[in-house]
Amino acid sequence: MNMNQSTEPLLSVRDLKVHFFMDEGVVKAVDGVSLDVYPGRVFGIVGESGCGKSVTMKAILRIVETPGRIVEGKMLLRRRSRNGGLPEVVDLARLDPKGQEMRDIRGGQIALIPQEPMAAFSPVHTVGNQIIEAIRLHRAVNAREAREVALQQFRDVGIPAPEQRLDEYSWQLSGGLRQRAMIAMALSCNPTLLIADEPTTAVDVTTQAQVLRLLRRLQAERNSAIIFITHDLGVIAQMADYVMVMYLGLVMEQGSVDDIFHNPKHPYTKALLESIPSIHTTPRIDLPTISGSIPHPFNRPAGCPFYPRCMKFMPGKCDQHTPALLPVGEHQKVSCFLYHDVEVMA
Amino acid sequence: MTDTGPQPLLEARNLRKFFPIRKGFLRRTVGYVRAVDDINFFINEGETLGLVGESGCGKTTASRCILRALDPTGGEMLFRTEGGKVVDLAKLTREELHPLRPQMQMIFQDPYASLNPRMTLFDIVGEPLLVNGMRNRREREERVAELLRLVGLRPEFMQRFPHAFSGGQRQRIGIARALALNPRLVVADEPVSALDVSVQAQTLNLLLDLQKRLQLTYLFVSHNLSVVRHICDRVTVMYVGKIVETATSDELFARPRHPYTAALLAALPVADPRIKTGNVELPGEVASPAHPPSGCYFHPRCTYCIDRCKVETPVYRELTPGHFAACHRAEELNLAGMA
Repeated sequence: MNMNQSTEPLLSVRDLKVHFFMDEGVVKAVDGVSLDVYPGRVFGIVGESGCGKSVTMKAILRIVETPGRIVEGKMLLRRRSRNGGLPEVVDLARLDPKGQEMRDIRGGQIALIPQEPMAAFSPVHTVGNQIIEAIRLHRAVNAREAREVALQQFRDVGIPAPEQRLDEYSWQLSGGLRQRAMIAMALSCNPTLLIADEPTTAVDVTTQAQVLRLLRRLQAERNSAIIFITHDLGVIAQMADYVMVMYLGLVMEQGSVDDIFHNPKHPYTKALLESIPSIHTTPRIDLPTISGSIPHPFNRPAGCPFYPRCMKFMPGKCDQHTPALLPVGEHQKVSCFLYHDVEVMA
Repeated sequence: MTDTGPQPLLEARNLRKFFPIRKGFLRRTVGYVRAVDDINFFINEGETLGLVGESGCGKTTASRCILRALDPTGGEMLFRTEGGKVVDLAKLTREELHPLRPQMQMIFQDPYASLNPRMTLFDIVGEPLLVNGMRNRREREERVAELLRLVGLRPEFMQRFPHAFSGGQRQRIGIARALALNPRLVVADEPVSALDVSVQAQTLNLLLDLQKRLQLTYLFVSHNLSVVRHICDRVTVMYVGKIVETATSDELFARPRHPYTAALLAALPVADPRIKTGNVELPGEVASPAHPPSGCYFHPRCTYCIDRCKVETPVYRELTPGHFAACHRAEELNLAGMA
């Protein structure tokens, strides 16, 4: 990894809160998330269902569906300079989600690789037409030039017989090719930030290895930033430079990938790592488990959301106060009263 | 027949399942999808056999054939009944099969789709009992309560509906239903892949615990190799309808003998950033079982392919005791396993 990258974050999210206002009550899907994404780095977000990782992604793209709303927070994005001048900084949270500026950014500067390429492509238009449409929306090119760009993208992601594939429908492509076509589409407008939302959960192991390798290669070539969202700890260990662990809308811990896997601090991170069978665990014996299950978002526990399942639960502290995310080392932050006392936080 | 060592509870011999491809107005058969193509395996009493492979390799079709949820096209499935008699499940009529059905049960992948939302837990878990002649409601209630306790749920939940439960709890309900009739063979088709990481471990522990307590035999179908390594005694790897390798779990992971198995192991992302995996890339795509390649089905993607592989189908044979593989070069190759 080359270290001469700019130290300025491409995207800084500060205290993001996304709440869903339902008839039954308010679901605090994301409740105070801060993160910095740097060019040339992979920022991994890991968590189980309902932890808010996908809602964070949707908030950044400004596609949170009603009744969800960004209630607080900033999302500062360094925009590409349009005429060679200094890059400007925009707050995505303040833009009109349907306005021209946001529409330029979405798909242009920030691109998404969705989880299910089968659901993301329209089955009644050829993949080529869909990619060309995206290119023509974001770049000043005519139809023929756009087709050339699309072809080049197809070659870059390693799709065999690209001319022929471009005129096929998504259902004619295999799972691996479909995901490659999706990546080609996402990259077609040269995004500086790529959000990959569980890009390999729907594909097989060998295809997954191909897709991950492709993403790593493309990132090295283009020096783009990637936010990589997954629930698979194996994939995150192999892909991410920096990892954020989420649980029920809150950040439990963040740090370099090595810290998270070799020096985890939060009881949740520790328990999660211990509970997965790996090549180091002894087969056919009981795995350490996390007791109970993830609470329904309506019944999020007061205080630390993890305390009812936590082995280190301290009555009077964890169930009364919500721990803040504070540093425990140079690049690692954790929100747990084992490391920071309640008074320090107040 | 002498009683020495574990005996196979189930043995599949030359099992085949082809699906016809029909085209045109007259629906003429123009070809076959060879979903399961002449496979041989056995499951010993009390063990867990893992069936792994990528989507479309025929692992689910094979497991459905065993339960006769699908009728196999050919081959034998020899099942040892409780009395020690060996019957061929493939040849039995529906009526003859009926008394054997309770001995073979299934746990499904998706705990949200496999439980009827309009039935209470009592109805769901009690239905197999009712169907099999337990008419007395009180008796059924007692048995359902016992089953719920067995899988770690409170019997008071009996009158609730599935929507009140989390994914992990729902999977427990599905397990209770599968165990209602005291089966001997349980086919578990990806039982944890729909669950969150933190509840996967609970479910795996439960399956291991139940196996010990009830002497169950599992056929564990999965694509997750870490889970398979953890739970299975022996593992069978399938590729495009054929078995390419079978061995004890420890041996398969330490010393694979088929290049496809080795490629699967190399592709597995290890949850440790200090061990970089996935650097060996398997080129191309899984072949279609409707138009499989000539010779060894794996040859277009295989790094070790020689001319012989393109024309001649390799024989599935026993290389060392208990270790089977179908590769022309199995004896000479020295493939890397996992540390």
